[in-house]
Amino acid sequence: MQDVFNQFDLVLKAFWLTIQLFLLSGVCSLLLGVLLAGMRVGPVSVLRGAAAVYVTVIRNTPLLMIFIFVFVAAPRLDVNFDFLTKGVIALTIYTSAFVCEAIRSGINSVPLGQAEAARSIGLTFIGSMREVILPQAFRATMPPLASVLIALLKNTSVGAAFGLLEATARMRFFTNNNADDRMLIFLTFAAGYVVLVELLSFGASRLERKWRVAVR
Amino acid sequence: MRFTKTKAVLAGLTLAATAACGGNAGSDSGGGADVQVKKDAASAFPAGTRMKELADAGKITIGVKFDQPGLGFKGAADDAPSGFDVEMAKILAASLGIDAKNITWKETISDNREPFLQSGEVDLVLATYSITPERRKVVGQAGPYYLTGQQLLVKKGSAIKSVADIKGKEVCSVTGSTSLDNVEKKGARPRGFDTYSECRDQVLDGTVGAMTTDGSILLGYAAQNPDELEVVGEPFSEERYGVGYNKDRPEMCKWISDELKTSFDDGNWKKAFDATLGKSGAQAPQAPALDPCPTA
Repeated sequence: MQDVFNQFDLVLKAFWLTIQLFLLSGVCSLLLGVLLAGMRVGPVSVLRGAAAVYVTVIRNTPLLMIFIFVFVAAPRLDVNFDFLTKGVIALTIYTSAFVCEAIRSGINSVPLGQAEAARSIGLTFIGSMREVILPQAFRATMPPLASVLIALLKNTSVGAAFGLLEATARMRFFTNNNADDRMLIFLTFAAGYVVLVELLSFGASRLERKWRVAVR
Repeated sequence: MRFTKTKAVLAGLTLAATAACGGNAGSDSGGGADVQVKKDAASAFPAGTRMKELADAGKITIGVKFDQPGLGFKGAADDAPSGFDVEMAKILAASLGIDAKNITWKETISDNREPFLQSGEVDLVLATYSITPERRKVVGQAGPYYLTGQQLLVKKGSAIKSVADIKGKEVCSVTGSTSLDNVEKKGARPRGFDTYSECRDQVLDGTVGAMTTDGSILLGYAAQNPDELEVVGEPFSEERYGVGYNKDRPEMCKWISDELKTSFDDGNWKKAFDATLGKSGAQAPQAPALDPCPTA
């Protein structure tokens, strides 16, 4: 345990990489997820089909397989990036499918009349999505979206087996060197994850409250 | 009835095919040490010792690596692992009167060797298990039976010629391993993977500049792929492979040490080396000096 505290900068650096992975792939998955959700509820049947296929395929594929594809298969096809980028790509491919479904559930919760009213006052599909549907949808989406993001935060640990020296990889480095202190090291790193997830769910619940419609 | 017959034929064909493929997939441990399985070994050990229990039971579970050619390796079609660690394990088992076919081989990875020993999931660990003071606090480690040092495996013709060249380069090994820690301290960018073979693939496709771990392991990989890979540089650490046993059974240490000593003396140790690691052209080194057993 002494070893961990003496080299606490290594622990912090590892959690920083976890946070970087989370933030970058979080933003990318939200963007891609919104786009996919838009495609799935949109009027163009080709896009609707394409998005549905994407969600079906990705949601039914284990995250580990996607990592193996991005880190092992793709480089053989001469598609290669630096390690952080590859990690973000793998996590984004996976998470965006779940973001898409969370947002679609939010969109479906907005009464159809809202969309019809928006279209009837002359808004385009994009315009009615942006001005009328999505703002209401996001409100209903907040709880499932928070779950998806929490899962994403913990999923970053898969990167430990793919050259990313994030928190879990660093933990395994410490447990290997200090076989006599495994339990405490596990608990220290678990506590790190708990803190990050708690921060995330706290932020989500604040947003939820802020966006709540005044019922009165 | 006819259906059953077809199935039987199919099964037969599959078996034949598996056997044929298995031939060159690493099960080439033919030869090896010519170990005499001791008869009536149980009577040689005092009652109440772990050795006596194992000899009476007639079977033993040994943890080895499955992904290190030359040391402990099991191909997809192999029935049993092969390699230097495996040969040494057979020598130990034979002294208990246990035949190789009564050994249960269990794959251990770097991370689970101590938990497996502590929980009794395995009786012995011979899995490129370097002796360290931290490990000796939680498990017993007898030996060493082999000395090696950390080296680099690169693509042939790589700019990396020695450990001095890895500064700022990406170097891979197994996540959490001491080897990775060492190159990180030498200024390389550490890239941890789950297994050595995944790391080797990263070297082959050029994603990382070099793979690092014990030279003995790297030699095995270089021997598998001599046209594309080579081991470069002098060793820059010292690793002493020991046999892991459960610390609650300290009597095992003397037995293991005695058997290792015997194998050094009667040439079985060298035979085991020549049949496995020696295949990559390496000469059998001097047998290492054994650590004394802790006094109980």
